[in-house]
Amino acid sequence: MSQKDWPLWEVFIRSRQGLDHKHVGSLHAADARMAMENARDVYTRRLEGVSIWVVESKNIHASNPDEAAQFYDPAEDKAYRHPTFYNVPDDIEHM
Amino acid sequence: MTNEEIFEKKIQDEVRIEPKDWMPEAYRKTLIRQISQHAHSEVVGMLPEANWITRAPTLRRKATLLAKVQDEAGHGLYLYSAMETLGMPRSQAIDDLLSGKAKYSSIFNYPTLSWADMGTIGWLVDGAAILNQVPLCRTSYGPYARAMVRVCKEESFHQRQGFEIMQSLCEGSADQKAMAQDAINRWWWPTLMMFGPRDAESGNTELSMKWRIKRFTNDELRQKFVDMMVPQAQFLGLTIPDEKLKWNADKNGYDFGDVDWDEFWKVVKGQGPCNKQRLEARNKAHDQGAWVREAAAAYAEKRAKREKIGASA
Repeated sequence: MSQKDWPLWEVFIRSRQGLDHKHVGSLHAADARMAMENARDVYTRRLEGVSIWVVESKNIHASNPDEAAQFYDPAEDKAYRHPTFYNVPDDIEHM
Repeated sequence: MTNEEIFEKKIQDEVRIEPKDWMPEAYRKTLIRQISQHAHSEVVGMLPEANWITRAPTLRRKATLLAKVQDEAGHGLYLYSAMETLGMPRSQAIDDLLSGKAKYSSIFNYPTLSWADMGTIGWLVDGAAILNQVPLCRTSYGPYARAMVRVCKEESFHQRQGFEIMQSLCEGSADQKAMAQDAINRWWWPTLMMFGPRDAESGNTELSMKWRIKRFTNDELRQKFVDMMVPQAQFLGLTIPDEKLKWNADKNGYDFGDVDWDEFWKVVKGQGPCNKQRLEARNKAHDQGAWVREAAAAYAEKRAKREKIGASA
């Protein structure tokens, strides 16, 4: 296996407790452990993270932007799912 | 709307383009060229500075320089990562760098002769890089813009540590001050060249502006840089090596002399003082690292096998 074959990994970092892991970029590594160590060296040199996920890129399934219109269509005409759809009299408080 | 129209509208509306979105082939190609050149510049940029790690004057300077060089490696990786989202394999980009096919910033083909060059690179060269890079945080391609946000955060440390080195030298002995002046004498013009050819001669500028990959032209950035740097040089008590440098109240900026464009094109075409040396050093490092890549691969394979046996037992 040459470097050309090293798989691509996506890196996700939780910047502090209480926050979500967020995608920060990718890197190549021979296995998960090396991906983790490389991710630490590349993406957290200034304490940017308290937790790292690495996921082999081939395992990520993404929605297709070309089909976005149909794909998100079901939510488009449902304004009644938002609080601002409902009228509340001005003198009602805490709502 | 056609794909082309959707794309143009996103650009107009300042909606970022993301990897899986449709984009014109020329946009993709321009980005691959620019991002890979940018990544290569970060990687080659480690060489002139690595040269001084063992000779840094104090432990503090040495730790700083090590951290800075490590940052440059990181910047290269962020950028290769952004480039790969466009379908260009990293291994191919690296092969292009090692074979001499790909370009990188001409500034790194100049030698670092004294310790003051470390200060000058941080202060001047990284200062110029920041001017180029800050607008790229809003570039139209999402992954590139996000990578640049991280790069810019870290560049600020680079510039400040460079200025601090210059300030120490300028407040030091006469010899130290002379060393600082000698460094700015050698680096000033090559730094102005970092912004690229004049607008009239920059083949890529017009399309890059239209697609909002670039936000300012080469000449606009060069002017900004001079205006920004003159007061800083004055503070340090250093003379900028340009007799034509003069405040122009009408344009509210400095007039300055013309860059030696023959020299610029020579360095771009591979005939700079260190082009050969840099590529040789890069190739040597790559070849000498082969055993590490092979060992990592062999180890990963062994572990995968062991895990398989473990799972079936």
